[in-house]
Amino acid sequence: MKIRMVRRDAASHLAMVGAPVLALVLTALCSLVLFAALGVDAGTALHALLLKPFLTWYSFSEVLLKMAPLLLIAQGIAIGFRANVFNIGAEGQFIIGAVCASAFPVYFPEGDFPVMLPAMILAGGLGGLAYAAIAAGLRTRFGASEILVTLMLSLIAIQILNYLLLGPWKDPRGFNFPQTVMFPANAQLPRLFEGVRPNISLFFALGASLLAYLLMERHFRGYQLRTAGLAPRAALYAGFSTSRMIWLSLCIGGLAAGIAGASEVAGPLAQLQRSVATGYGYAAIIVAYVGGLRPLGIIASSFLISVIYIGGDSATVSANLPIAAVEVFQGMLLVFYLMTFTLIRFRFEIEREAPA
Amino acid sequence: MNALEFLLSGTLAAALPLLLAALGEMVVEKTGLLNLGLEGMMAIGAAIAFICVYHTGAHELGFLAAAAISAALAMVFAFLVVVIHANEVAAGLAIGVLGLGLSALFGKSYESLTITGLPELGLPILSQIPVIGPTLLTQDIVVWCAILGVVAIWYVLNRTKLGLIITAVGENAHAARSIGYPVARIRFAAVAFGGAMCGLAGAYASTVYTPLWADGMIAGRGWIALALVVFGTWQTGRVAFGALLFGVLSLGELTAQAIGLAIPSQVLSSVPYIVTILILVVISAQQQRRQ
Amino acid sequence: MSAPALLALSGVSKRYGSIQANKAIDLSVRAGSIHAILGENGAGKSTLMKLIYGVEHPDEGQITWNGKRVELARPSDAQALGIGMVFQHFSLFETLNVVQNVSLMVPGKPAELAARIVELGSRFGLAVDPNAMVHSLSVGERQRVEIIRCLLLNPKLLILDEPTSVLPPQSVRLLFETLRRLQADGTAILFISHKLEEIRELCDEATILRGGQVTGRVNPRDHDARALAQMMIGRDMPQLTVSDAGEPGEVRLKLQRLSQPRSTRFGTTLDGIDLTLRAGQIVGIAGISGNGQQELAALISGETRAAAPEMVQILGQPVGDKGPMDRRALGFSFVPEERLGRGAVPDMALSDNSLLTAHRQGMLRGGFIQRSIERSFTRQCIDDFDVRTPGPEAEAGALSGGNLQKFILGRELLLAPDLLLVSQPTWGVDIGAATAIRRRLVEMRDGGTAILIISEELEELFEICDLIHVLHEGHLSPALPRARTSAEEVGAYMIGAKA
Repeated sequence: MKIRMVRRDAASHLAMVGAPVLALVLTALCSLVLFAALGVDAGTALHALLLKPFLTWYSFSEVLLKMAPLLLIAQGIAIGFRANVFNIGAEGQFIIGAVCASAFPVYFPEGDFPVMLPAMILAGGLGGLAYAAIAAGLRTRFGASEILVTLMLSLIAIQILNYLLLGPWKDPRGFNFPQTVMFPANAQLPRLFEGVRPNISLFFALGASLLAYLLMERHFRGYQLRTAGLAPRAALYAGFSTSRMIWLSLCIGGLAAGIAGASEVAGPLAQLQRSVATGYGYAAIIVAYVGGLRPLGIIASSFLISVIYIGGDSATVSANLPIAAVEVFQGMLLVFYLMTFTLIRFRFEIEREAPA
Repeated sequence: MNALEFLLSGTLAAALPLLLAALGEMVVEKTGLLNLGLEGMMAIGAAIAFICVYHTGAHELGFLAAAAISAALAMVFAFLVVVIHANEVAAGLAIGVLGLGLSALFGKSYESLTITGLPELGLPILSQIPVIGPTLLTQDIVVWCAILGVVAIWYVLNRTKLGLIITAVGENAHAARSIGYPVARIRFAAVAFGGAMCGLAGAYASTVYTPLWADGMIAGRGWIALALVVFGTWQTGRVAFGALLFGVLSLGELTAQAIGLAIPSQVLSSVPYIVTILILVVISAQQQRRQ
Repeated sequence: MSAPALLALSGVSKRYGSIQANKAIDLSVRAGSIHAILGENGAGKSTLMKLIYGVEHPDEGQITWNGKRVELARPSDAQALGIGMVFQHFSLFETLNVVQNVSLMVPGKPAELAARIVELGSRFGLAVDPNAMVHSLSVGERQRVEIIRCLLLNPKLLILDEPTSVLPPQSVRLLFETLRRLQADGTAILFISHKLEEIRELCDEATILRGGQVTGRVNPRDHDARALAQMMIGRDMPQLTVSDAGEPGEVRLKLQRLSQPRSTRFGTTLDGIDLTLRAGQIVGIAGISGNGQQELAALISGETRAAAPEMVQILGQPVGDKGPMDRRALGFSFVPEERLGRGAVPDMALSDNSLLTAHRQGMLRGGFIQRSIERSFTRQCIDDFDVRTPGPEAEAGALSGGNLQKFILGRELLLAPDLLLVSQPTWGVDIGAATAIRRRLVEMRDGGTAILIISEELEELFEICDLIHVLHEGHLSPALPRARTSAEEVGAYMIGAKA
């Protein structure tokens, strides 16, 4: 007996929804085994990881807080991924966005700048965009792989952050901690609800999702990007400019990541500090893929990954689960998603040997 | 010890993780695949090797275990890409994340523990030569093995039928299949080899070069190794040369301090990454022009 | 029958998804015979050969070799029995030299192999330089390498899949001589083709396939071409009567000293190409693929930019520096030879594939896609051009090669182009559809469209073109009026004997 893969005549819509769900179930099952092997009470861990975030308003609000940057970055880079432009250095663009936005409150610590928040968000977005544009320029001009360039730029961004925090931007009254001054009130994003931390950047992310949907599913430019990704030679044949696709993909990704970075320092952190680089840019890659690179799917997947983040935090306390388990969980989720994703385009047939 | 002696004695060891990972990836790419998960495979190898050596004291066992676990992780990639035709970039990133996560998970309780590295061995007679004798020609056993390994890889790729088969599969998998080569199996083997090499690279980093485990200790070396394959234009000798160059660079920070240069450490830490970008640009532009 | 057949298939079936490629095939090949498998595109010939060579495995039925049942799990099993195969799209490696290519299949030291290659070459008329890099060889030479590589394994049966489709007429003669010598040497040959005359000339026996089933077993010399055609397509060969073109109109396409250095190691340099194409005219470019056809098509379509604007002129405008969209805006349309991945996006629905080049037909409003117009255009294309598909929502990748070609051609023709470039219009298309496509092209010409056709099929060019050029190693021959040239003259240009 042999199993063979047969291509479907058209993508299966059932599998499109079912694949991520199945992937999540498989990931949960594998985690149970892994956690048990680590001597962690697997039941408690999974309960904390997947259910606890929903049990109190505070923890659920934290999910929404995490979701904002993940969703925003993922929508941006997913557009590029669909065009086969792999911006995997959103982390760096996020950091640069945070740095650029921080310049205003750092140089106007009393808040004596008229349009503080808009300036910060704009500077953050443009900073991230410019940082990603380096990769676009090097790719279109010289053919240098954007995968490696964006990644290297991320590693450099961390050094830029460190340099500023240990040097010129260090809070003089901060007991030598590598962080800037606390931002004035007018440099902080308005919160959505009393007493909990989610802020209006969640609307940035949802707005970006709507724009991404209109671009990718309804607009000709999005169609061109999709064509470039699915069949580059067909895009060339139709006359869609490859370099424009690369610029567009990277600039959108950088802009989104930059705004997310600005929102992070103007939001929960309220200052620039090292912990701004917590890997949202990398997690967003997983968010984007598990969401099937589609705007609506990414809303769901960003919520899911945020739940796992917050659940992971509580599991470290209640089930003594190492925080690295969250990363493992994400990695497994992507691996299983890629496996189940096959079901969308292929079905499996059992092939019997010809009777002797 | 002056700066030159420091470079002479340290470069090979500093280059070794890059060298092993890049050569492994080169073989993978020669069969027509691209595995982006180097960073994760090196990390899991480093963690497992450290744990192994910490408990047994046997470096051989550490290297073996690292090669095995990284190869196993690489097989996940091979399954995704070769068997079910998943997106190569996504699959590479997936096992990269998984490897980094698992390394942090397993290595958690071993941070800040110490083990002993390996003694350095001078080459007989040659190590008596002044200046280079006690520096360049006195290295640990892994360095000597790796040099033999480089020669072996060059020989297999350029002088044997196996090398011919690898080239053929990479150039035209369809044709290779139709004249009877098991392309999927050959690619699986290449990916496993690439994974094992990453495991060895990680093991060297955590048990010999700096005998300790810390989360994030691979610090982008997996990605630099990827760039080295491009830099070396898929040729063993050039990849090895590139690795040595980066070995020098990564010692740059220490060297600069040694000769008293007043450059912020963040600038020096960025140098390998900046140089990687520059090299990528130069090599890609050359390839573009040649076409 | 005394001795069992060398190779016998009984009741062999093979299915791919919903397509039944081979159904209950019986086949018997005698030792030392030249046996033809005759069938048109899509009849299941290639699948059958893959089953015999162990590339694919039958769902049902059995294969016997000298009377003994065999299981062919992989090509090496077939090679071990003594079966050799020359693929239609060669299985050679461009970056390796001839000896290296041979050594991938044949054991032995390189020096010995080189000597045997030369020796076999002189014995069977297959001269080739063992140290040449494959990418520098002509198509005919590559075929020789493939044949030699098989012969070095001392096959008892040699399979050739459409071997003449890539050869100029003169080389076909040489190939047939080689095959007869091999037959005299005791090698059986399985010759796959859809060309009736060739089979009547060369083969002792023929098995005819249609729709995956055997529809006849004959001695081809006992039947005329018409009878064979009936067995092959189930009816008379469709005839296309082409009226003479009217007086050609204004110049629609002008290539002026068009030169372009090759872009890759394996490409062809185009050298000073001059061509004029007028309204109401069909001009054909003959020649074996790989002589600059792809480069020339890309330069005309705008996928590659020319070195100077005047080198390519469309409707009087210099467009050498313009991209495909600008050229299409002038009234240019193009059907490329690769359908999946270039002419169409496999993973997109047909309606989205209409958008690829027909977006100017009102499918966009403010840049947003008007799905209803996209769908009605696609529906019209499906109906007008007899595309067999469930509907506009079907993905391009799910269509058969012939149906997809009809869709792409339909899409480009519905744009009512003033200038149309069609590359290999009937590659892999069945005879009925091919005739329909040619008829459409002639209708377009009569409507005043200027049409340039790049094709490997000489018969096709002679059927519908008014002028024929030949492209050989990047040089374009002068225009040869169809009425005043011959296959021999075109063939001479194809192999570079005339320039």
